[in-house]
Amino acid sequence: MRCEPGDTPLIRTTGFLVLVAGALLSFLPFFWMVGTSLKQLSETTASPPIWWPSSPQWHNYPQAINDMRHFWLYLANTLVICALTVTGSVLSSAVVAYGFSRINWPGRDKVFLVLLAGMMIPGAVSIVPLYSLYRHLDWIGTFKPLWVHSFLAPAFFVFLLRQFFLTLPKDLNEAARIDGCSEWRIFWQIILPLSRPALAVVALFQFMGSWNDFFGPLIYLNDPKTFTLSLGLQNFQSQHGGTQWNYLMAAAVLVTMPVVILFFLCQKTFTEGIATTGTKN
Amino acid sequence: MKNRRLWLGLAFISPWVVNFCVFTIYPLISAIYYSLCDYCVLTPAYFVGMRNYTDMASDHLFWLALVNTLIFAVIYLPLSIGAALFLALLLNLRIPAQGLLRTIYFLPTIVPAVCLAVVWQWLLHGDGGLVNILIDPVLQTCNGIFGTHLEPPNWLAQPGSARVALVFASLWTLGNTVLIFLAALRDVPTHLYEAAEIDGASHLQKYLHITLPSISPVIFFIIISGLIGVMQTFAVPYVLANGTDGPGRSLLFLSTYIFQNAFQYWSMGYACALSLVLFLLILILSLTMMRLSAKRIYSAAD
Repeated sequence: MRCEPGDTPLIRTTGFLVLVAGALLSFLPFFWMVGTSLKQLSETTASPPIWWPSSPQWHNYPQAINDMRHFWLYLANTLVICALTVTGSVLSSAVVAYGFSRINWPGRDKVFLVLLAGMMIPGAVSIVPLYSLYRHLDWIGTFKPLWVHSFLAPAFFVFLLRQFFLTLPKDLNEAARIDGCSEWRIFWQIILPLSRPALAVVALFQFMGSWNDFFGPLIYLNDPKTFTLSLGLQNFQSQHGGTQWNYLMAAAVLVTMPVVILFFLCQKTFTEGIATTGTKN
Repeated sequence: MKNRRLWLGLAFISPWVVNFCVFTIYPLISAIYYSLCDYCVLTPAYFVGMRNYTDMASDHLFWLALVNTLIFAVIYLPLSIGAALFLALLLNLRIPAQGLLRTIYFLPTIVPAVCLAVVWQWLLHGDGGLVNILIDPVLQTCNGIFGTHLEPPNWLAQPGSARVALVFASLWTLGNTVLIFLAALRDVPTHLYEAAEIDGASHLQKYLHITLPSISPVIFFIIISGLIGVMQTFAVPYVLANGTDGPGRSLLFLSTYIFQNAFQYWSMGYACALSLVLFLLILILSLTMMRLSAKRIYSAAD
């Protein structure tokens, strides 16, 4: 017997129709974005509107890449930063999360509360102090401000991984300790291999975070050759925006496409990861 | 043995200890210090006492940024959370193509903020923008029937419509929240619904007395994290307004103003003072929310 509320044919049908209408609205911007990217300039503002160009202008894409000037450099820069931050976040937060979940040391949970409290402090507070610190280190204009901190266990990922490590049976550690395994080997050879799904979530979130980051590159990078894709796109928009919408949309598609593909490749990791962030506390 | 475990534990968490000292404690303390200084990065900070704070009290741009931020939060948070909950409730019904619908709602949330803003700038454009193409027939019909003279606005050119435009663009990404609500709804124990069914409860009663209380901790989590996020809005309005603060400064938010002071006027001390005010504001609002909702959150332990 199904007793969940709203489980009547009438509510289900109406609900379904509302959802379909909402989904169409939600999908429309993607359609318009790709459609515009394939139009001739005159077609972008044609009246009546052209929904889909009759002869798609595929050359808009190479043209947009050309107009962005350093597109391939932006891509390479973004990928380098992503690779560094993903490696750093996954390794360092796993080590720290292990210390917060699999070793029982006095005061552990109190220190963890400090970690949680630290997450409440908005990033805006540290902008100026960190900028001036990086200036002293002569890091402005380099990638270092964008990746070094990821090797120091970002609190949010420690939190996520700790939740996961706590669900693994305690006996794993006990048995290995009796066998004389060092703590580091237990971590490296037993716990980490068992935690692949959770590590994948961290890797994915960090990748998305670095790929999408705008504020960091905006304040720390000053030479266009060091720009990331997000910053490069914004730069392109502020120089050529407002007129050549077809090229701008082509550029936006190019910056969005990799993450969309990534999403479809690891949809399960995504949805489970998001669900975890909300429910497990 | 106990001592050994202590050192072992500390060794494992040491990366985070460094992180906490360098990226949390140090910035917090030095932000407090800089906020009492005249500081432009190029020359050493010069202590001026409370002047940044007294300046702030009479700085109408600060008050404007504060009001803009609060208005955006008050409009956007309830709207986005309400809509996300509504969509999650619908998606939780036994309907066809559930997975596909979920995917479509989630897809916009992975679009990079800059892309999102660039795309919405085009969608909202006065000349050829999709939003106006869609609402134009509606307005024309209205004009025909009621004899009004409604014209589709040039969204990003006027203060009022620019604020509405930002809400539209931001609402596009509520799929994240939908997914979290959906996961929470799946965890509501079915036996509660069965018991209510036997007692003859209506659908609405089940929603109000079982569903909502069961997911209230998640709603609370969403409100607090949404609040912290919305108070720090920066990238989308900044790019929507072409790197400015919008028509009539309508898209000037506290984060925008902190950014302008720090990196355009190089008033780093003032920027620090602003960021600490933002921090206090978030703290007070979160604590108030916690107070207000403490009694309303159902916990399974009770």
